Amino acid sequence: MNLTMVVNGSSHELDVAPHSLLLDVLRDSLDLKGAKRSCDTQVCGACTVLVDGQAVSACTYLAVEADGCSVLTVEGLADGEALDPLQRAFLDAGAVQCGFCTSGMLLTARALLRENAAPSREDILHYLRGSLCRCTGYRKIVEAIMTAARTTR
Amino acid sequence: MLRPFTLHRPETAEDACALLATLGEDAAPYAGGTELLLLMKLGLLRPPHLVDVKRIAGFGDIADGTRLTIGATVTHRTLERSPLVRARCPLVASVARHVANVRVRNVGTVGGNLAFADPHSDLATLFLTLDATVELVSPRGRRELSLAEFVRGPWETARRPDELLASVRLSPWPTGTGAAYVKFGVHERPTLGIAVALRLDGAGGRARVADVRVAIGCVSPRPMRAEAAEARVNGVAEAELGDVTGAMADAAAESVDPADDLHGSAEYKREMVAVFVRRALRVAVARARGAELSASFPHAVVA
Repeated sequence: MNLTMVVNGSSHELDVAPHSLLLDVLRDSLDLKGAKRSCDTQVCGACTVLVDGQAVSACTYLAVEADGCSVLTVEGLADGEALDPLQRAFLDAGAVQCGFCTSGMLLTARALLRENAAPSREDILHYLRGSLCRCTGYRKIVEAIMTAARTTR
Repeated sequence: MLRPFTLHRPETAEDACALLATLGEDAAPYAGGTELLLLMKLGLLRPPHLVDVKRIAGFGDIADGTRLTIGATVTHRTLERSPLVRARCPLVASVARHVANVRVRNVGTVGGNLAFADPHSDLATLFLTLDATVELVSPRGRRELSLAEFVRGPWETARRPDELLASVRLSPWPTGTGAAYVKFGVHERPTLGIAVALRLDGAGGRARVADVRVAIGCVSPRPMRAEAAEARVNGVAEAELGDVTGAMADAAAESVDPADDLHGSAEYKREMVAVFVRRALRVAVARARGAELSASFPHAVVA
């Protein structure tokens, strides 16, 4: 099936099978390895990407559903060498340890800040349900998101 | 990995039903895919055809009337944020906010949730207290079933192979109703979900409890109303509620049909039903008075 989508600002026209998953198209056809396959059941958040600004689990999302849509992966967050305020805040807060969950955390936070520019700690924790980090205990991730929200407001 | 399939994208319910009728058991209706694709990845379901129902006109609508009609492909996220749902059935929006996680809510649909009939569905349990009915369409016409008739058991519904779930209709509660949905558990899916709704009839110290609705999910093979528990508190004076709460909780615990599984033993689940029916009742009574309990229960979400 024909799939036309804008990924990180660049338009792509692809021919994909109906059963192709968005995660595989991004990782294998477009060589964007930021989204990870981990639980493969929409529980962990490591494969999170944004489709038209909405967070989805790319591991359980048919690629053809993104036809005509704009997809954002972690590779598209920075503007050249200039980091996104969320990336800057994660670095400054030490919100990254092994890094496996980080791309999903950043994109989930991006979706949250688009909906709610001034989230409370509780709002952030609610939105991060289903974004699992097994290293940091979340405290620094939440702090980083609050910092990014303050700097971009 | 998914096995190959053909994806159909009909734009009318008639075309979708005709496809289902022709393809029979080779086809599965597909909306958000948040449940279906998981089973397909595991190889537990291998439909050679998926019939995408998201392009069917009207299936994504929410309509007001005497009852509130929610189209089958309305997502949990839309339900959570819809001003109409918040105004007419506020607890539905509040419960939708706590379904799974934001990624699942962005994609997963109300109709898919009900048609999948996972016994751990929050919406199905809550909808029982709103006297929900489902609308099924097929080449033979339309029929309406109560949600209790529709959900027959774990992952089993009364939907015939050529039928589509088009919408669910809810009857909003009377003005002044206070309600709570409490879910408890330490796994990804809840161990139990309890919905309690009621009204206080009359003023001040002479108020009596009326229109009590109690539904229990996750514990029995399908979500159920607990009429015996409702009867214990219906008509009781508010001042005497404390005297009958224990009997109500016991009646609720007796009415369920639990099984031992990873969520706990049958005996443990029965005990938790009693505990959480009491807690949900307290929150609902406070809300019927116009107050909010600052209650927080370990491993539980109060919606």
